[in-house]
Amino acid sequence: MLESLVHVCLTGLAQGMFVWLVACGLTLIFGVLRVLNFAHGAFYMLGAYFCFSFLSWFGDNFWLGLIIGPLCVCAIGFLMERFFLRYVYHLDLPYQLLLTFAFVLIFDDLVKMAWGAGSLGSPKVPGLSGSVPILGRNFPTYSLFIMGAGPLVALALWAALEKTWAGRIIRAASSDREMASAIGVRVPALYTGVFVFGTWLGALGGGLAVPYVGLLTPGMGESIIIEAFVVVVIGGLGSLKGAFLGSLVLGLLSSFGTRFIPAFDMFLTFILMAVVLLWRPEGFFGEAS
Amino acid sequence: MGRYVPYLLFGLVGLVLLGIGLFSGRFVLYLTMRVMLLSIFALGYNLLLGRTGLLSFGHAAFFACGSYGMSLCFLHVTPNPLVGVFAGVCLAVLAALIIGFFCVRHTEIYFAMLTLAFGMMVFSLVWNLRSITGGDDGLVGIGRAPCLGFPIARDSQFYFMVLVFFALTVWVIHRIRSSAFGLVLAGIRENPQRASFAGVSVRLYRLAAFVISGAFAGLAGSLAAMLESNTNPFSAHWTHSAEPVLVSLIGGLQTFSGPIVGSLIFVVLREIIERFATNWMLWFGILLLVIIMGFRGGAMGRIEAFFARKATPRGEEGRP
Repeated sequence: MLESLVHVCLTGLAQGMFVWLVACGLTLIFGVLRVLNFAHGAFYMLGAYFCFSFLSWFGDNFWLGLIIGPLCVCAIGFLMERFFLRYVYHLDLPYQLLLTFAFVLIFDDLVKMAWGAGSLGSPKVPGLSGSVPILGRNFPTYSLFIMGAGPLVALALWAALEKTWAGRIIRAASSDREMASAIGVRVPALYTGVFVFGTWLGALGGGLAVPYVGLLTPGMGESIIIEAFVVVVIGGLGSLKGAFLGSLVLGLLSSFGTRFIPAFDMFLTFILMAVVLLWRPEGFFGEAS
Repeated sequence: MGRYVPYLLFGLVGLVLLGIGLFSGRFVLYLTMRVMLLSIFALGYNLLLGRTGLLSFGHAAFFACGSYGMSLCFLHVTPNPLVGVFAGVCLAVLAALIIGFFCVRHTEIYFAMLTLAFGMMVFSLVWNLRSITGGDDGLVGIGRAPCLGFPIARDSQFYFMVLVFFALTVWVIHRIRSSAFGLVLAGIRENPQRASFAGVSVRLYRLAAFVISGAFAGLAGSLAAMLESNTNPFSAHWTHSAEPVLVSLIGGLQTFSGPIVGSLIFVVLREIIERFATNWMLWFGILLLVIIMGFRGGAMGRIEAFFARKATPRGEEGRP
């Protein structure tokens, strides 16, 4: 019984870190640009597909694919921000959301055209594809790797935002755009930069997801984006700390749900969100709206 | 003279729709019914988006509630279509009440995300409760028993039932928009704070608008289940929630007839694109980009602006 509980916990932590890797970019973009990016799920999907392709071109070098794949998606993110998103910041919410939704439609179909509508099987990562025995049961090594990668990204993000000069400027622009602009920050360029960086994070999450989820399908971004949204909401919109905590809670809840009440595992996620919103409408670490 | 023009136009549209019902082939009938169903969905939805200024991304859930309520009633209770539609709408209203209770505490982006997440909750229920909803297969074999003595089994007969509900929806939404209630909703959209200072319970009004739009989504869903003779779990998926938003946007958010015109454009365009290319989503995404970047008033917004400019004497343009 105890071993089983430990394994459920571990699976939950891995799942939570996996969601965090996708949600951190979304949170960052929302925190600074105040735009909720539906296309983040599409970037995740593109990241996964690019990594998959590079991986097979470079003779199964997962790490090289993981470096180059997300960079390609960055270029797409740059074009999207520079030529489209930039012109809708001042518009009403429906226009912003629908603009990013338009890109979801476009990318989903482009992926279908480029890689086919069927699903692709994931390749193995050398050194991480096996499993290690924990308390007498096997646990996938790659899940352990994800569990390590999540906090690492969180730490790097925290350090970048709190300890560096660029991070300070980003924080300034996110708390008061006009004031930052008045003291000489080039806000439009900064927004582009943050968006591209957020895109990179989403695509990186996609690349890391390739061995984790096992299957690549053209609609894979549409389900993860919902989980990422839930995490962002319960963590407090724009709060990275909250998103990290939210991911952990979400992952644990979903793995316990799958173990004990399998018919309602997805349902639990939303119950969690409803409870959090009743208890703290602004989320764990959000400012009151 | 000018103020009768809209009524004349609507009379004309009604005549055209009657003519289609009497003389058209099956394909045109089917397409027209799809346009009318989407119009019902979007007209109700625009009461929330265009009128109250709340962007919901979860209305597919209420559409699905209507579909499944109707289908479950047909399969387990009675084949009577009116009872089925009533059951579907009731289920949608119930769901809208519960979900709305949580969602109207917030506005703007918070509201959009909440509705999205709760909508997906309904989707997950539909997907997982296989014994009730049929899971990913959906419910099949929804028949059309006679309605009030009229047979509706054939498309050419069912068409008139859809037409009646469409006309009812147009009338009800029109009445709501011009009622005191509808004006309060517009007031809330323009300035919620001022509305609340004037003694309006903003949250209650928002909830009311939410539930009404949910009811129309349920109506559209229950009729759609009858039209397709099955239910599709993906009708609850969030990507389906984008449809009424798109349609309202194409037609024009701040106009009454916008959702109808938008539905017509949406369904016909989709049909054309699907005929010539397999990837309609790609082309639709591009079209959406063009609309957002360049034609934000929507089709009806453009037309209204054009006539408004003609009606104002020279030199008075731009004056409020």
